[in-house]
Amino acid sequence: MEIVFAIAVGVTFGSGIWLILRPRTFQLITGLLLMSYAVNLFIFGMGRLWVDRPPITPNASIDPLQFADPLPQGLVLTAIVIGFATTALYLVMMIGARGLTGSDHVDGEEPRE
Amino acid sequence: MSAMSWWDHLIVLPVVMPLVTGALLIPVNQKHHRLKFGCATLVSVLLWVMAVALLLLVDGEHWPKGIGVYLAANWAAPFGIALMVDRLAALMLVLTSTIALAVLVFSAQRWGRVGVHFHSLFLFLLMGLNGAFLTNDLFNLFVFFEVMLAASYGLVLHGYNLNRIRAGLQYIAVNLVASFMFLIGVALIYAATGTLNIPDLATRVPVLRPEDSYLLGIGASVLALAFLTKGAMWPLGFWLPSTYASACPPVAALLVVMTKVGVYAVLRVWLAVFGDSAGALAGFGLVALTVGGMATLVFGTIGMLASQDGARMAGYGAIISSGTLLAVIGQSGGAVLAAGLYYLVGATLAMSAFMLLLELTERIRPPGASLLAVTMEAFAIDDKPEDPVGVVIPGTLAILGLSFVGCALVISGMPPLSGFVAKFSLFHALLDASPPGSGGVTPTTWLLIAMVVLAGLASIVALMRLGVRTFWASGAVTPPSLLASEVAPVTALVVLCVALTIHAGTAFDYLNRTVDGLKRVGDYSERVLGQSPVTRAPPAGGSR
Repeated sequence: MEIVFAIAVGVTFGSGIWLILRPRTFQLITGLLLMSYAVNLFIFGMGRLWVDRPPITPNASIDPLQFADPLPQGLVLTAIVIGFATTALYLVMMIGARGLTGSDHVDGEEPRE
Repeated sequence: MSAMSWWDHLIVLPVVMPLVTGALLIPVNQKHHRLKFGCATLVSVLLWVMAVALLLLVDGEHWPKGIGVYLAANWAAPFGIALMVDRLAALMLVLTSTIALAVLVFSAQRWGRVGVHFHSLFLFLLMGLNGAFLTNDLFNLFVFFEVMLAASYGLVLHGYNLNRIRAGLQYIAVNLVASFMFLIGVALIYAATGTLNIPDLATRVPVLRPEDSYLLGIGASVLALAFLTKGAMWPLGFWLPSTYASACPPVAALLVVMTKVGVYAVLRVWLAVFGDSAGALAGFGLVALTVGGMATLVFGTIGMLASQDGARMAGYGAIISSGTLLAVIGQSGGAVLAAGLYYLVGATLAMSAFMLLLELTERIRPPGASLLAVTMEAFAIDDKPEDPVGVVIPGTLAILGLSFVGCALVISGMPPLSGFVAKFSLFHALLDASPPGSGGVTPTTWLLIAMVVLAGLASIVALMRLGVRTFWASGAVTPPSLLASEVAPVTALVVLCVALTIHAGTAFDYLNRTVDGLKRVGDYSERVLGQSPVTRAPPAGGSR
């Protein structure tokens, strides 16, 4: 399971890096989204991978080994919300730039041949 | 069972107050900009008062060991989020609120009226800055960084034109990627140590297993990438000059403070986690900081000489000051920190004043000179809707010239102002700090000193060129009409730089106490982790 997870995160993040190095804003934002997915998965994985173990329990007297670490899950929730908000902000900005410059190049103008 | 005094709530107010006020101002129509300005000014003044009060309380040892701890939502650290104020945090709060107040007054007549939500974004930015200085938890630091950045994205675009959009596209993309780095770093540190609370981390680092300390090292390096992107270390700081140059002047002055947050975060985490007590990991990454800082100095120096435009020059000036600080931290691991902090305060004040001043000096130039700017803005939304109204003051050229000279002296580190005192004490401390018996001063130290001197030389050359071109240019200089509300903040900041020079003794006493406190890492762990939540006597006959 770990190896599949690691490859998935790595491939997603790598694709993201390739995309953010491209010159068009649409590619850039897709890359940013992919990177944010990969990062969120990564944080999740840092709490170790468990199967079939709940993170929360109403009982106070428990064996912590039988439960998943709830903290990374909490962190991921926050990270998703923040990442989503900032990416949405970027999208607005992108549309503004497209409208104002008439180009979707990140420099705001088409490269001269 | 500590009872909580009212003073303790002062620690959380610098975060809560701007948040609430900023949110309340959003639905208010832009027509009531006077009301908005009034609210924002009130909050900024209160923030300043609170920051000074915190500084006095901390310095007066109101809290044991000069460290005030506030447990958010009454959860004990390290499970909950602890806010903490010590001398360093209090100093940064005072610095931020001083500059914020100046910026707000400066923007009263013009920039605050252009576009919408300037005051809300401004307050959110303050909230993020204050939170980043006060927080004691890495993930919480991330949240405050994001608050600060999100507000700054809006502010960089304030007065929407083509230039700002172009710079904003790059600024936001770079910072989003840096945020991902931050998250990866935080996740790795959590995986290695199982905690994100900085003092708790400090207690766990010395007893880490070797395989975990590798992971921690990787995590800390990735985290440092995020901090140093904010702090504009070469090669992570290419976004900075064009962002500064295109942001409107009040915002650029605030961005100067934001750059310092990166340096502050590095300082905070490194001194606590990788201090002398960290065992095998003590001094981790300091070499990289030195080399990076030096490279930044070179980059800033060359950029300073190469730039024609004042705002761009100021951007490179900020890069130089970041580079100096980082190299000094890396070179000495905190031994010369007092001088470094003095440099930070002086340079930040002067740089902010310079940013504000640039807009005023632009008005001196004969109209032809700004033709390019006019054509560039012809297709964009007009960001100068009306001639400024308000009290126009006499003797403008003299005031502008004097302020310019003041800023230039501080930025380049010439006597007699605080820049010189800072650099002199830096060199003195660097030469003193060489370990005894190691054969005197190391070549790296000499190299660093030479670079800082050269950077100062480049700054004075570049600034003189700009000054000559602005003030002594052709006979076509027309004294611009300036408003009292625009000149007062600039003058106040310059006067503060002068005051910092005159009271250098007092400032250094405080900074020495700051650095002494920072070195006692054990005190932080003891205070933050030892803070017990408030317990309330159960109500009589309560069901729980």
